[in-house]
Amino acid sequence: MTEGGPNTLEAERGVSLWQDAWRRLRRNRPATAGLVLLVTLVVVAAATPWIAPYSYSAQDLEMGAVRPNLHHWFGTDQLGRDIFTRILYGGRISLLVGFCATGVSLLIGVLYGAISGYAGGRLDSLMMRGVDILYALPFTIFVIILMVFFGRNLVLLFMAIGAVEWLTMARIVRGQVQSLKHKEFIEAAYTLGLSRRRILLRHLIPNALGPIIVYTTLTIPQVMLLEAFLSFLGLGVQPPMSSWGLLIKEGVETMEEYPWLVIFPGIALSTTLFALNFLGDGLRDALDPRAAKD
Amino acid sequence: MAKFIIGRVLETIPVLLIIVTMTFFLVRLAPGGPFDAERNVTEETRRQLNEQYNLNAPLWRQYTDYLGHLIHGDLGPSFKNSSRTVNEVIGAGFPVSLELGLYALCVALTIGLAAGISAALRPNTVRDYAPMTFAMAGICIPNFVLGPLLVLVFALWLEWLPVSGWDRPSEKILPAITLGATYAAYIARLSRGGMLEILSQDFIRTARAKGLSEARVVLRHALRGGLQPVVSFLGPAAAGLLSGSFVVETIFQIPGLGRYFVQGAFNRDYTLIMGTVLFYATLILIFNMAVDVAQACLDPRQRRA
Amino acid sequence: MSAVKLLSMALAALAALAALAGCGSARVETKSDKGEQQNVLKMGAGAEPQDLDPHVATGVTEHRILMALFEGLVSQDLTTLKPVPGMAESWTVSDDQTVYTFKIRPEAKWSNGDPLTAHDFVYSFQRILSPKFGAEYADMLYYLRNGREYHDGKITDFSQVGAKAIDDRTLEISLVNPTPYFLSMQIHNAWFPIHRATIEKFGAQEKRATPWTRAGNLVSNGPYRLETWEPNKVIRVVKNEHYWGVDTLHLNAIEFYPIDSELTEEHSFRSGELHLTSGAPISKIEVYKKEHPELIHINPYFGSYFYRFNVTKKPFDDARVRRAFALAIDRGSIVKNVTKGGQEPAGSLVPPNATPPGEGVYTSPVTLGMNVEEARKLLAEAGYPNGQGLPHIEILINTLESHKQVAEAIQNMWKVNLNADVTIANQDWKVYLSSLTKLDYQIARSSWIGDYHDPFTFLDCFATDRGNNRTGYSSVAYDNLLEKSRSTKDPQERLKLLEQAEGILITDAPIMPIYFYTRIYLQAPELKGLPPNPIGIVDFKTLFFER
Repeated sequence: MTEGGPNTLEAERGVSLWQDAWRRLRRNRPATAGLVLLVTLVVVAAATPWIAPYSYSAQDLEMGAVRPNLHHWFGTDQLGRDIFTRILYGGRISLLVGFCATGVSLLIGVLYGAISGYAGGRLDSLMMRGVDILYALPFTIFVIILMVFFGRNLVLLFMAIGAVEWLTMARIVRGQVQSLKHKEFIEAAYTLGLSRRRILLRHLIPNALGPIIVYTTLTIPQVMLLEAFLSFLGLGVQPPMSSWGLLIKEGVETMEEYPWLVIFPGIALSTTLFALNFLGDGLRDALDPRAAKD
Repeated sequence: MAKFIIGRVLETIPVLLIIVTMTFFLVRLAPGGPFDAERNVTEETRRQLNEQYNLNAPLWRQYTDYLGHLIHGDLGPSFKNSSRTVNEVIGAGFPVSLELGLYALCVALTIGLAAGISAALRPNTVRDYAPMTFAMAGICIPNFVLGPLLVLVFALWLEWLPVSGWDRPSEKILPAITLGATYAAYIARLSRGGMLEILSQDFIRTARAKGLSEARVVLRHALRGGLQPVVSFLGPAAAGLLSGSFVVETIFQIPGLGRYFVQGAFNRDYTLIMGTVLFYATLILIFNMAVDVAQACLDPRQRRA
Repeated sequence: MSAVKLLSMALAALAALAALAGCGSARVETKSDKGEQQNVLKMGAGAEPQDLDPHVATGVTEHRILMALFEGLVSQDLTTLKPVPGMAESWTVSDDQTVYTFKIRPEAKWSNGDPLTAHDFVYSFQRILSPKFGAEYADMLYYLRNGREYHDGKITDFSQVGAKAIDDRTLEISLVNPTPYFLSMQIHNAWFPIHRATIEKFGAQEKRATPWTRAGNLVSNGPYRLETWEPNKVIRVVKNEHYWGVDTLHLNAIEFYPIDSELTEEHSFRSGELHLTSGAPISKIEVYKKEHPELIHINPYFGSYFYRFNVTKKPFDDARVRRAFALAIDRGSIVKNVTKGGQEPAGSLVPPNATPPGEGVYTSPVTLGMNVEEARKLLAEAGYPNGQGLPHIEILINTLESHKQVAEAIQNMWKVNLNADVTIANQDWKVYLSSLTKLDYQIARSSWIGDYHDPFTFLDCFATDRGNNRTGYSSVAYDNLLEKSRSTKDPQERLKLLEQAEGILITDAPIMPIYFYTRIYLQAPELKGLPPNPIGIVDFKTLFFER
């Protein structure tokens, strides 16, 4: 027995899929930058009450719609509120909604789609027609009724958004799983006698991660903007609080006169999305089981 | 394949019935009725209106009456647009939305696939980053921002294109781009991801090793699997595109169907909601079926199963 | 050919197409230039009209179009606001002011050439009052003797209702009470006549929603007749050759563009596709005032913007609390900094100039200003010194950016001035209405646009148990004054009673007035003949282009 033997084995086991992925992610510059940016955003959002220069509701009607200047870096809105502060506070809402609601939709969508695609046959058919039904139901009415029965609160917001956003995710995952399940390595796993559950969770879903990650990063902006629509129905943020989606939606109306009202929240949203996408691409590359062999 | 399609078509009937039933009761559960207005009508008038529109009958009776009419293809009169029936509203709006949707779909597919595929062929180079940044911009700028922005630049400042309308071809460019942009961005990202996945697979390496031309590798081998996620996405996306967009139709003053989905719900125009939902549901079912068929074709192994 | 090449070629083709189309439309002439040459007015109509049936339509949007298509017994001169002959060439009023006798013009005709007679009016009134028809504005005709009874089904014989055709040219109308604003009400579409043969060709008299209002079917009696109606696109009306005053019309045709977005409407106006808009975005007001003051018009409008208090729930069951809240807002600052449309701060419910000139003077007796000291005192008296003990308060608004901004400003004022903890809840229009009706709110945004030119249209809302009360407010003294005013013959005497009633209302404060509306619109400089008027009417008979 050589000295190196067991140690190398140990090392092989130690570098798990995740550790390996993390290592490769760190080597990916844009992805690391994206990650750092996101963490910064989250920290800033968490610390907003301590670092915001003004109160999000403090008005000065005589100072309405002032251009960006030394006192108000991003200018003020029509009621004379500091836009920088409002973006900071809005970020709390938007990030929370973006991540939580996407998380909900991810969880439901991936599991539902994977089960449906893997099961095939009758069950698949039944599950997918269920998705079709949910696609077709009038969302506005659905949200209004939700509010009537449960009042307005943040959990409801996640539920409402999750309820629509997981549908396309489920269809995409199902499509992937369907095409993967006849691949040699899955059939091999099957012959090896692995349990269905294990095959689904350890082999099928990880191999469908690419599209899942891409679609997730696409869902987050979607969700942040959907939140603005739900606020229109009264579910969502309560004035004078705001969110990025709402700030943008309201800012559009005055895009010509007061461009800073839409540009700055737009930049905030875009920055987050770019960061997310670089991170998403990096993650996809890092987690790619085949790339691991390189 | 024929058996598969017939099976799917038969499945749609119970699905549509469930959708009709759920929608029928959901809309009546929502607070506020079709005849609520800022200037309140008298009790007497409200009773008369309900009578005219068969809203005084017991709920189950209204439901069976509705189904009875539905079997004959009659979606009833619109409550809000009182001189028109829902059939007419859909009949007039759908061709417009369909046209707009098709243009937008062309825009989305052309730009989206070109960007996504060319990015995937040269990952992590300028030819990847440039189109992907463009695609990201498409996602970051929602259509309610992009629409007014395009109008401002191309119609009001440059005066190249008209601000609104739906008669001349020049009036159709901005709406098509506005509606298609987001979808283009989605398609770009999904196709890039899918292609990268496929291009790293063994059979592609084998094909390349065999000395096949790059074009042949991409066209004959990679596209099939690589576009799988795009195809999944296209089902609901196409149904959404072709049934019209509230935002784009409002910004550009287009007489399409999209506005009625939103206005119907907000006006509690029960029959209009039912009609549009049923119509949209049919589209969804058709497109998702088409997608499943397409997927089976793209993946020969699945066809066998 | 590689996929990439293929796709990039397609892309290039698309770009070329876009560029080509772009060049093709480089503007030589705008739609409205052409309109002007042909005397065709292009105007923004607000939202798509729900119907062109004058007995079904309820909105301001529909009314504007119906004014081109139909004409009542009496019109109004928008400069003097006096009634002028319409379908009736003359009229007489009985001594007790309850019987009006109208002489219909001998040349009065429908747009298909049929003669228009007094019987047509009787038929129309019967239709809108029919207990089966379900007209939203049927109560506008409750002024007719037995009108309400017929509508409620208590009387089934229409000959007992106060509208009689003595002969083809003579119409006798008997009212329940003397009603000084009866003639000015005639420009409301509820009083417009409809063509019997057309109605019955498409359904029964009391059947709603028949296709009789489509282009090709619609027969009307106004200065213009319907040529095309493409929903959500355009409504085009052209000169009605059978109209009695056709020779005096300047415009050959009018095109109404239903544009629901004010922003899109302004874009269309700026690019020269409209001569006249239905509104203007708030953010553009300043810009136009500075750069193109000749294009923007801001006129007082007969409407009030106010907040309702739910008087059935604590803490607003106490008039002192309501008054305190009403005194603690700076209306001047709201109109100057938030609404910005030249609105007038409202210290009362009824807008100024509430009667047509020469018909008596109405002055709101009490007006509310800002008095924070008084407000704090009242609040302390009610048991909430410095806002302590006040429950959490919610302002209910329907979702609209402008309502939200006003609410946010008021929220802040109450926070600062009264130390009240206030939040804002928005609901979509129908949920909001149902919350109002069910009194499921604490404070709610509201507004009222006068149905006719008289203070009564505002004050009547808050009588006990009125459908538009929606506050739970009930005052015997107030109800009595309104009731007494109905039967008072002397116009000035009557207005005095109404003034007293408003005094009670403002003191009891079930509502908190905020501002009086203005009508803001954009108008091409070459379009003339549109006198500013508080009732917000566009008279197409006087409009013309000046070149």
